[in-house]
Amino acid sequence: MFHPSHFAAVVLFALFASIVFGITQRETTRRMIHYGIYCFVLFVGSAIVLSWLMFLIAR
Amino acid sequence: MATEQNKNVAAGSGFVYLPLIAGWLVPGAGHFLLRKWTRGALLSASILGMFILGIAMQGNLYSGASDILHILGLVGDLGNGLLFVFSKLLGLGADPVQVTTADWGTRFIVVAGLLNVIAAVDAHNLRTGRKS
Repeated sequence: MFHPSHFAAVVLFALFASIVFGITQRETTRRMIHYGIYCFVLFVGSAIVLSWLMFLIAR
Repeated sequence: MATEQNKNVAAGSGFVYLPLIAGWLVPGAGHFLLRKWTRGALLSASILGMFILGIAMQGNLYSGASDILHILGLVGDLGNGLLFVFSKLLGLGADPVQVTTADWGTRFIVVAGLLNVIAAVDAHNLRTGRKS
């Protein structure tokens, strides 16, 4: 069985979802890559920001 | 020029919904039918990877429709097409969620299904020439 950490799960989720979003939401290869990277950064970045917010609220 | 060629390929003869249905049943198959090998391989790897990781995390495969959340989960799972059917037949997926990773696994499986639907619709758009 596979038991990833929270962060590993977020990165895997972001990676797979970003690839599909990039390919399906843009037309040219260059724009697909840019949009995929953009989605990946937003997924992981927002998870990190929200995690810190929850950490600070919980203190 | 390249765009015209792509649109000519996309507007070929045959059943127009075939890439949509094939893409839903088998992740990436809709793009393979349209000879979009790289896109199909990446979509297939992503969706299959997400589904397999979800199963490996002991995610739950929805079966009943006891409440609205279960119905929505089942709809998401059904997006996986044959993956869902075969996994059900093989008895894969844990029933009750007992560990945290199993809950994530359940989400991975549902999202894999939703991403597969997006990919299948993309294949349909390529087939109809709406997208190049």
